[in-house]
Amino acid sequence: MPAVVVENLVKDYGTLRAVDGLSFTVEQGEVVALLGPNGAGKSTAVEILEGHRTRTSGQVTVMGADPATGGAAFRDRIGIVLQECGIERELTITEALNHYGACYTRTRPLDEVLELTGLTDLADRRTHQLSGGQKRRIDLALGLIGDPDLLFLDEPTTGFDPSARRQAWDMVRGLRTLGTTILLTSHYMDEVEALADRVLVINQGKLVAQGTPDELRAGIADTTLVRFDQPANGGTVQELFGDLTGTATAANNRIEIRTTNPTGDLHRLTDWALKHDQELGHLEVTRPTLEDVYLDLIGGDENE
Amino acid sequence: MNKRPSSLKLLANQIGYQNRRFRRNVMAAFFTLAFPLMFLLLFGALFEGVDIAPGVEVAAAQFYAPGLAVFAAVSATYTNIGISTAISRDEGILKRTRGTPLPPWIYVGGVVGSGIVLAAFGAALMLTVGVLAYGIEFDWANLVPAVLTFVLGVASFSLLGLALASVASSGQSAPALAQATLLPVAFASNIFISVRNNPPAWLELLGDVFPLKAFADAFFACFDPFREGSVYEPWLLARIAAWGVLGALVFWRKFTWEPAVGGPTRSRRRR
Repeated sequence: MPAVVVENLVKDYGTLRAVDGLSFTVEQGEVVALLGPNGAGKSTAVEILEGHRTRTSGQVTVMGADPATGGAAFRDRIGIVLQECGIERELTITEALNHYGACYTRTRPLDEVLELTGLTDLADRRTHQLSGGQKRRIDLALGLIGDPDLLFLDEPTTGFDPSARRQAWDMVRGLRTLGTTILLTSHYMDEVEALADRVLVINQGKLVAQGTPDELRAGIADTTLVRFDQPANGGTVQELFGDLTGTATAANNRIEIRTTNPTGDLHRLTDWALKHDQELGHLEVTRPTLEDVYLDLIGGDENE
Repeated sequence: MNKRPSSLKLLANQIGYQNRRFRRNVMAAFFTLAFPLMFLLLFGALFEGVDIAPGVEVAAAQFYAPGLAVFAAVSATYTNIGISTAISRDEGILKRTRGTPLPPWIYVGGVVGSGIVLAAFGAALMLTVGVLAYGIEFDWANLVPAVLTFVLGVASFSLLGLALASVASSGQSAPALAQATLLPVAFASNIFISVRNNPPAWLELLGDVFPLKAFADAFFACFDPFREGSVYEPWLLARIAAWGVLGALVFWRKFTWEPAVGGPTRSRRRR
């Protein structure tokens, strides 16, 4: 049985359709990332799976239950780490973990949770004495205290400095080796690449692509990117574009050519530059990164 | 297979949790307990005895200590529940709780249960100081009616506190809303000053519409040294209960677990 099955999920806010016919599954033990720009509908979709929101239509099954009606038995099996949930400032970390842990049928041992989240030395501190990064670790600890089969992580490292980010990634990898199924949202490409077995790219409430990071990259694998600064005599470079086999776009004084014939196109470019005595500043020839794939997938809509 | 924790145990945990949060919150403790106690000591210094008839003197505290006990109880329920619940919602604590297997009614039960425990403590504190420092008298035969009147009152004001949290737009507006509704009504309700003898009509109306005067008068009846016969005030108790039902309805219709969209998150606690 998959951990999550979503079929044709739709959520309307008034006339706005935030989630528009989303379908996907998450297998047990998998780490799946929902990737998309702000407002893409990923948080709404996840909040429906968590039981925080009702859906307009469609089918949702999480750990064999419908989150809208699953109640306590359903919530007993999931852990939720949201962005905007505060922690009782009057309590110590241990007290908060014991308090929330008491709500679950099964709990992960306190010491284990503290160790997993690196909070052992801070266990008796009041939560209001802690830094933002330490509070995020308490969020994670509170998500784990009920020993969940499925963990929801909403943008787990937003606002982290690079070293805290690495630590958080290590924590998530540790959980994964323990067999926890994880559904995370993110808008950081490198995070998704570092953590996820599978990526679901969401834009405007729709699934626009899915696959492993490698599979997504393979979608434009035979493409090469050629980039250079807009030459000083910018007008005349446009005349050249008709001769290229690839497609050229210009933005922020950079020109980018996507081509499946890099040798020929480069030859035509350099030939043109020499004839017109122009320099192709900061010339790059690269393979597309996952970031390029992502921007490609969601970028079309921004230009509309 | 482990068993789900029993509802009773969960409820006891929740009451203990809310009590602990209250104890560690200096501002809440001040407004709920120190504020009424300050009034009690102030009035005690200002007024000594009241000549009821030639040669018959009763400690003035006999009249205002029960009223201030009611005020402390209402602060512990209406004000305290309204403000702390609105702040917990702002901070996302309610949303976090809603994501756990804890049944929502047990969370609400913990809030109300804790409010009632605090109310009982606050009222007992006022009355004990009244007895020890000012010699107020209590006929123990009236214990059962006093307790029942008190429980009905704090239950209704707890529901009104939940209603307050339901209509307050944020944890920052809740304290203003609580004080703006409670204090003017308190002046018309035999709490700080007696309005028993020919008050202006509008003041009398203010007291008669809202449930605080009904609570204060029904509770005072159990301490009234001149009262004969039953100390129950059925008509006042019905008015208190009706307001409790109204509070429950507002709570039922308007309460949300989620912070307001665009509202302050992780806001600092202020009262």
